Amino acid sequence: MLDQLKETIKKALPELDFVMGWGMGFDALHATPLFMYEPEDVDKLVWGPLNIQNLATYLPSLKGKKVGIVVKGCDSRSVAELLQEKLVNRDEVVIFGMACQGTVNLTKVREIVGNTGLVEDVKYENGKLTVTADGQPHEMLLKDVRADKCGYCRFPNAVISDHFVGEERAPQVEEDTFEDLKEFESQSFEERRDFWMKEMDRCLRCYACRNACPLCVCRDHCVAQSRDPHWVSQQDGIRDKFMFQIIHATHMAGRCTNCGECERACPVDIPVLLLKRSFNRAVKNTFAYDAGLDAGATPPLLAFKVNEDNIKEKEW
Amino acid sequence: MPVLEGRELRIVGFLCNWCSYGGADTAGVARFEQPTDLRVIRVPCSGRIDPLFVAKAFMNGADGVLVSGCHPRDCHYAEGNFYARRRLEVFKNVISVLGIEPERFEYTWVSASEGQRWQEVVTKFTKQVHALGPMVSVPEVSLDRLAALEPAQS
Repeated sequence: MLDQLKETIKKALPELDFVMGWGMGFDALHATPLFMYEPEDVDKLVWGPLNIQNLATYLPSLKGKKVGIVVKGCDSRSVAELLQEKLVNRDEVVIFGMACQGTVNLTKVREIVGNTGLVEDVKYENGKLTVTADGQPHEMLLKDVRADKCGYCRFPNAVISDHFVGEERAPQVEEDTFEDLKEFESQSFEERRDFWMKEMDRCLRCYACRNACPLCVCRDHCVAQSRDPHWVSQQDGIRDKFMFQIIHATHMAGRCTNCGECERACPVDIPVLLLKRSFNRAVKNTFAYDAGLDAGATPPLLAFKVNEDNIKEKEW
Repeated sequence: MPVLEGRELRIVGFLCNWCSYGGADTAGVARFEQPTDLRVIRVPCSGRIDPLFVAKAFMNGADGVLVSGCHPRDCHYAEGNFYARRRLEVFKNVISVLGIEPERFEYTWVSASEGQRWQEVVTKFTKQVHALGPMVSVPEVSLDRLAALEPAQS
C-alpha cells in the first residue's frame, strides 16, 4: 500500500512544488514531516500509526504554491475546513488520502517504555507495536497506546482526496457519543473547576497548542499577543492561561475537526482537546453540524436561521 | 433598596443600545423596583457581544452574566441578534465544562418598551444567581504562589 502511495506521489510530483508526508525522525519512534521535492525523497516516506502530526497545519502558509499533501482521515477534515474558509485554494493543493489505522499517543508509549530517547527499533504488525529501547523489547497493543481521539473516530478514511490509495477502512464507531465528556461532567462543578485550575497551573504558555492547530490562522494577529484588544496579560497566573485556552476553544467553535494536534503538541499533556470537544458537541447538538466534512458548507456560526430548529426562543 | 437580602453579588449585564438598554431605562423611569446587583455595560448591538466577553467577566470575578438584546426579527441592525443567538447558545452549552454553572449565564430579549419585562428578567436572574451563591474566582497567580500567599492574608 505504501509502495502504491509512493508510486502515485512520484507520478504527480512533476506537476507540484513539493509533497508533504511523513519520514523517519531521529529514531524509528518519531516520525517527522517530510517534504518531498525529488523522486528520491519519496522513498523516505513512511506510513503507519506513528504518522501522528497533522500536516494540514502547513497549508495556509503555503498559499501561492502548488503542493501535495498526504492525509489521514482527521487531517483531511482539516483540509476540507481550510478549503471551506478559503484559507487554501482548491487548485493549489493535491490530496493523497489513505485509510488510517489509528495513531499512537507517544506519552502512553513513554509510560510503558520509560525513556523514549533510547529507542533503537520499532516494529508494527497486526495491531501490535514492538518498541526496542536500550536493548529491551517492549510489546504493546496498538489499542492500548492509541491516541484517545482515535477511539471515537468516525472518519478513518480521507473525506476529501484527489488520489485515494488502498482500501477504505470501517470506522471505529458509527456515532460519537462524547462518553469522555459525559464522564467529565459526572463530576461536580467544584471538581471541574479544581480540575482545570490544576491543569492550567501546569500550562507554560508556550502556545504550542495554538501553533500546531491547523485552523488557528491569525498567526501574528493572535489576540493572545495583541495589546489592543488586551485579552490576556503577560502574567503567568492561572487566570490568563485559562482565558487563553477559552479563547482558543471559542475560536474553534464549529470549525474544530478533532484532529487533536493541540493536545499532542502540549509539552505538559494538558487535555485541551476536552474543551474543544465540548464546543463540538454543542455545535453538533444545536446545528447538527460536523466541521470539515463538506468543503462547500457555511460554518454554522457565520450564518443564522430566523427560526432556529434547536434554540428555544424566549425561554428566558 | 435591594430586593434580595444579604450580600450583593457581582452580575454583569451586556445590554444592546437600542432595545434592552432602553428597556432598563423605561423600568427605571417607571420606578419599578429592581435588585441592584447588576452592573450594566451598554453595547451597540447584541451582535457585538463576543462570547469571550462573558468568559472574561467570569474569569475576572463576576458571579453571573446577563446578555440582553432586541427580540429576534426586531433588531435595529436587522440581523445582529440572530448571529448573537447562535454564538450565545453554543457558549451557554459549553460553560458547564469550564466548571461554571450554566444558570450563571443567561441571554434574553427585552425591547425598549418592556420595562415590566425588564424588571421580571432582572429579578428572576438575580435570584437564580443568588441561589448559587458567589462564584469561586479563578486565581490570578499560580497555585503554589497562592498557597504561599494564603497564610499571609489570614
